Amino acid sequence: MTWEVVIGLETHAQLQTKSKIFSGASVAFGAEPNRQACAVDIALPGVLPVLNREAVVCAIRFGLAVGAEIAPRSIFARKNYFYPDLPKGYQISQFETPVVLGGGLTIHVGEHEKFVHLTRAHLEEDAGKSLHEDFHGKTGIDLNRAGTPLLEIVTEPDMCSSAEAVAYAKALHSLVTWIGICDGNMQEGSFRCDANVSVRRPGAPLGTRREIKNLNSFRFLQQAIDYEIQWQINEIEEGRKIQQATVLFDPDTGETRSMRSKEDAHDYRYFPDPDLLPLEIRPEWIAEVKAGMPELPQALQHRFQSAYGLSAYDSATLAATRDTASYYENTVLAAGSANAKLCANWVMGEVSARVNRDGLDIAAIPLAPPLLAGMVQRVADGTLSSKLAKEVFEALWNGEGKDADAIIEARGLKQVSDASAIEPLIDEVLAANQKSVEEFRAGKDKAFNALVGQIMKASKGKANPQQVNDLLRKKLSG
Amino acid sequence: MSLSLDDVSRIARLARIEISPAEAERTRDQLNGILSFVEQLQAVNTDGIAPLAHAVDVVQRLRPDAVTESDHRAAFQAIAPETEAGLYLVPKVIE
Repeated sequence: MTWEVVIGLETHAQLQTKSKIFSGASVAFGAEPNRQACAVDIALPGVLPVLNREAVVCAIRFGLAVGAEIAPRSIFARKNYFYPDLPKGYQISQFETPVVLGGGLTIHVGEHEKFVHLTRAHLEEDAGKSLHEDFHGKTGIDLNRAGTPLLEIVTEPDMCSSAEAVAYAKALHSLVTWIGICDGNMQEGSFRCDANVSVRRPGAPLGTRREIKNLNSFRFLQQAIDYEIQWQINEIEEGRKIQQATVLFDPDTGETRSMRSKEDAHDYRYFPDPDLLPLEIRPEWIAEVKAGMPELPQALQHRFQSAYGLSAYDSATLAATRDTASYYENTVLAAGSANAKLCANWVMGEVSARVNRDGLDIAAIPLAPPLLAGMVQRVADGTLSSKLAKEVFEALWNGEGKDADAIIEARGLKQVSDASAIEPLIDEVLAANQKSVEEFRAGKDKAFNALVGQIMKASKGKANPQQVNDLLRKKLSG
Repeated sequence: MSLSLDDVSRIARLARIEISPAEAERTRDQLNGILSFVEQLQAVNTDGIAPLAHAVDVVQRLRPDAVTESDHRAAFQAIAPETEAGLYLVPKVIE
């Protein structure tokens, strides 16, 4: 019996502002406890929240990037709950009228492409942190994070496997960092996902969902969803009913478990916050934000395909981050667009391998795009064989020599394409390998390759292999 | 619409207010009185009228994104019941 899986994701992205969403306290990560929690954040009586303009700009940027509607007027609401990590007794969020409505993201799982619809995205404040270490049986509260601006991004239940959920989360992560609204640091909690998971028989109405909270890595997202799907299927197949619940994923056991929460924990009694007036976003403001938007990953991928003749795969790989894309594009600009594919191979190959191996930031590597371009041009014009190019690349990477030409000159790495220089080598090799020559004439193609190998060796790898092939064939048939 | 005693005790629990059975009965009657006013309001035809989020017809003023607050932890924690290592201590919170 088959099962259908239905998944929706809610993602909290911490917005890259300097100050909090409703106060002028700093949001810098890693401060001593409560040093960045002002009177508004700790909810002293008589304080008033004042909305941070930059947080709204981030929401507008996001709305534009996903093709959503940006609400001309949206409302802040109080979400009531009692927890010491938000001492007001409520979280300021948006409920009925969020700032961003609809839109969506295209994801790729293997060859398969899918459009994931977004329901909404709304602005809200983050809570503080509770520390449960031993404080004589008490809980320690750090309110530095309280009031940090968040954009909560909610999808429709459009995904039907953990692979799709991860592909969506990665696409979203890439987008929010690309447009500069979130630093995407998952370890510090800047980007965290909640997954709503349910299963049903094909064609049946939606099953009861359980929500897995606070997944802060793509791997945990995948593991938690896979475990949860199997758990729900087992429950139903054994005749039990799924109860709606909030669950936590334990990375140590790889299991999800229900949070001990009261039945009425979800009764948030939202109502419009009387401390905040409606947020108005005029078309002129949207136009101003739009003018400052970078080219988006999808548009860039299409441009790489049409302008440089790259494959969809290469384009997607190069447009994975803004820095990689701009490194690539600067290389092509210096090398000429006729060499675009060759540049792509080097950026995706040797450059990426070293950047990943050493955990470097591609925008800051010493091998600047023009240097790589200079080397690529020498490969393209036949000066360098691909083997010698690797040696030049290594030298450039290590900062030896001012550019590719200087290294080629200094080390005598120039590929020999001059027939008058190659022919004597061929004659030499032929004279010394009469047996192979006879074998070739007797119809053994392998013997030909053996001769090419000998000639390449005699040239210390510098002879142009294509040229060697042509000349040798001519000589043997002559 | 009218509230039962159960509704009242649930609302009290959500608001973390402890009420005696006698108070619950009095509160129920008062809340039901308020709800009957609301019922009169609900009788008004509001077709085509946008919901009102705020009594004043002005929009939110925005603040430039700048850090304007300095550290007053010592002053704030001087009036807190209990602190340690810069943290506010509260009765154990269990999830």
